[in-house]
Amino acid sequence: MSDDQSYDLSRFKATYFEECAELLATAEETIARLQDGTGSADDLNALFRCVHSIKGGGGAFAFDDLVHFAHVFETSMDALRSGRAELTPHVADILVRGNDTLGDFVRAAQDGVTLPADHGSEVKAHLAAIISGEPAAPKAAAPVSAPPAAAAGFTTWTIRLAPAPGMLRTGNDPLLMIRELSGLGEMKVAADLSRLPALAEMDALNAYLAWTFTLVTDKGRNSIEEVFEFVAGDSADVTIEQIGKTVEAEDGDGWGLFAPLPPAPETAPAPPAAAPVAAAQPHPAAAKGGGDAGAAGIHTSSIRVDLDRVDRLVNMVGELVITQAMLGQQASGFSIESHPELVQGLQELSHHTRELQESVMAIRAQPVKALFSRAPRLVRDLSAKLGKQAKLVMSGETTEVDKTVIEQLSDPLTHLIRNSLDHGIEMPEERIANGKPAEGTIHLAAEHRSGRVIIQVSDDGKGIDRKRVLEKAVEKGLVERGAQLTDEQIDQMIFAPGFSTAAQVSDVSGRGVGMDVVRRNIQDVGGRVVVQSTPGQGSRFILSLPLTLAVMDGMLVAVGNQRYVLPLTNIVESLRPTPQQARTLVNVGDVLTLRGDYIRLIRLYDLFGIRNAITETTRGLVVVVETEGGDRIGLLVDELLGQQQVVIKSLDSNYRPVEGISAATILGDGRVALILDVGALRIMGERLNRAQGEAAIGAQAAE
Amino acid sequence: MGKCVLAVDDSKTMRDMVSFTLRGAGYTVVEADNGVNALKVLPGQKVDVIITDVNMPEMDGITLVRKIRAMPQHAGTPVLILTTESDQSKKDEGRSAGATGWIVKPFSPDKLLQIVAKVCP
Repeated sequence: MSDDQSYDLSRFKATYFEECAELLATAEETIARLQDGTGSADDLNALFRCVHSIKGGGGAFAFDDLVHFAHVFETSMDALRSGRAELTPHVADILVRGNDTLGDFVRAAQDGVTLPADHGSEVKAHLAAIISGEPAAPKAAAPVSAPPAAAAGFTTWTIRLAPAPGMLRTGNDPLLMIRELSGLGEMKVAADLSRLPALAEMDALNAYLAWTFTLVTDKGRNSIEEVFEFVAGDSADVTIEQIGKTVEAEDGDGWGLFAPLPPAPETAPAPPAAAPVAAAQPHPAAAKGGGDAGAAGIHTSSIRVDLDRVDRLVNMVGELVITQAMLGQQASGFSIESHPELVQGLQELSHHTRELQESVMAIRAQPVKALFSRAPRLVRDLSAKLGKQAKLVMSGETTEVDKTVIEQLSDPLTHLIRNSLDHGIEMPEERIANGKPAEGTIHLAAEHRSGRVIIQVSDDGKGIDRKRVLEKAVEKGLVERGAQLTDEQIDQMIFAPGFSTAAQVSDVSGRGVGMDVVRRNIQDVGGRVVVQSTPGQGSRFILSLPLTLAVMDGMLVAVGNQRYVLPLTNIVESLRPTPQQARTLVNVGDVLTLRGDYIRLIRLYDLFGIRNAITETTRGLVVVVETEGGDRIGLLVDELLGQQQVVIKSLDSNYRPVEGISAATILGDGRVALILDVGALRIMGERLNRAQGEAAIGAQAAE
Repeated sequence: MGKCVLAVDDSKTMRDMVSFTLRGAGYTVVEADNGVNALKVLPGQKVDVIITDVNMPEMDGITLVRKIRAMPQHAGTPVLILTTESDQSKKDEGRSAGATGWIVKPFSPDKLLQIVAKVCP
């Protein structure tokens, strides 16, 4: 037996909290259904189970506050389930708050902090009020066991009585014995008629019947044997067998055993048809030991796997992709004619590798539903708070995205929805005055589009107030007064760092974070966000996210003897500039004129100090890339080496962060190539130009 | 070969704890996450003790006990029900369904081993 010291509960905590997170989310969804009237009795049961499970585990870890609260919550739910209380909108609201508070307790337990003693006491009081007929003070959650019953050992016995034909002649009446036996406890009887002859052959003085009794008694074997004292052995076959073992009906501390009830008639053993001679073990219990010791297993419809394991698998598959690319490269010199098997084999390998990779990535993929599930509530609560009317429409909830992306998206999405409600949707009167329905609509949509996941938050509100945004931007020094900006440029200003209108730092829009934080969060997972807005008709925030963080499609470019990978999603076009296109502007530096626009030219060799690279703009290639902010820059490279899928290796964890580089990858030939961070390159390029410009001015001044 | 315990609970935490405790004491543990899945396991599986949660999706523990008792080879197999509190009505339901005993969650490992040893010596 293990003792409490050696039994480390903490090993189960991770599972528990993971489970709690799921249960809380399920509970939230369920409450939402109950709230909007689409719920059913099953939903109430499901909700009860969620709370019940959280409480059950919490008790194991002695999270007393959590258990205490969960108990009240659960009891109130029980009142609803049983119909003792009615599910009114008010009650549904309390359930929402109850779930929130339960979440607080779970998080507190997870973080190992103690919440103030009165935390959630108001909600608790409300919950207690639901419990009809119960006082507000909840029952203690600690198990209160009944006082231990007098420990009486109840045992189930199977007794077979098969009288010898002449037993009746000895003056022994089976009926008397049966009566006596039944006096010992609860008893079931099955008669064995197999020896009964045809009526014509029957001798009235002979005993033909046999019986099997199932007796539950607290008396010992002796008492039973006493009943058959005069017949056993000589005039009757009597077998007395104990079923299982003596079961003590007892109430221990937190456990107990029932005094066994007599088995239901249909489960009573059928008397064997054969001659009832002792031997046979009639009870099914005999089958117990007979079966083969089956393999232990878990029979569930899904399994939970540690994320580390999945990541290890993802990593290994990544390595495999690299090895496969390497083999492909090594064998590129072989023709299918000279080495048909090799070439064909490699083709298959490539095919299988990609399939394997997709399957592995699918393990990490989760439907965005988890992300969207908080939205209905957010919209409901917030619109009520703001005095606005809004409905939420969701689509594409089953679209799957990498788990990490989902986790990282939770805050930005919440913020965008808040923003839409706060700044987009107008007050009902204003909407009606503008010929719109009083109730605004917020549409949350997800879809797969060209290898990325697009999540859109759109509203039919008033759209971005460009005049005000521009004023604000000028005021904050983000743009120069009098600067000519296109509507799109003004719209994107809301993502600029430092741009945050006063209202955004309100209670409603959250923790005072601006849209720049939203954009940064999204960029952190390799995503982009842009906004489209039509005055008077609404705004649409479009989030474009990678399906996975582990691989991406890239363009391999050469600069001198270095190779870099440019994310394919950033690339707009590539061209070899004509002398007319390549210009140098005072105060700006190198630019490229392209269809009337000036594009800042960044010389990668200059930025990274690479020798032997092509320095003449007209001899190299310019790759036009678009940054997340929508700015375009041109990158001067020597040549394009080709498009390929690359496995992303974090530089931060394997080396250290490097400016202008987002990650690294390993190429087919085993060399490491760095993946360029276009947004950072733009900033670096500007800084370099400025420094060079200043140096030039300094040089001129010196002359 | 050690005794085999079937642990039925929709909560992975509880299943883990039951499994860990019993495996440590030399039992073989088979897990199922609800009554329906438990019934899929039982045929052809040597099971000496069944421990089941009461409140589960798909099929609750009480129904499971009833179904187990209707299976000839498990009519005598000890079945313990897990209840979150010493809720007498659940215990009564369990008793009339044919359960052998009950354990209140949370339980200490010792308690679990103690009761399992009692019903399955």
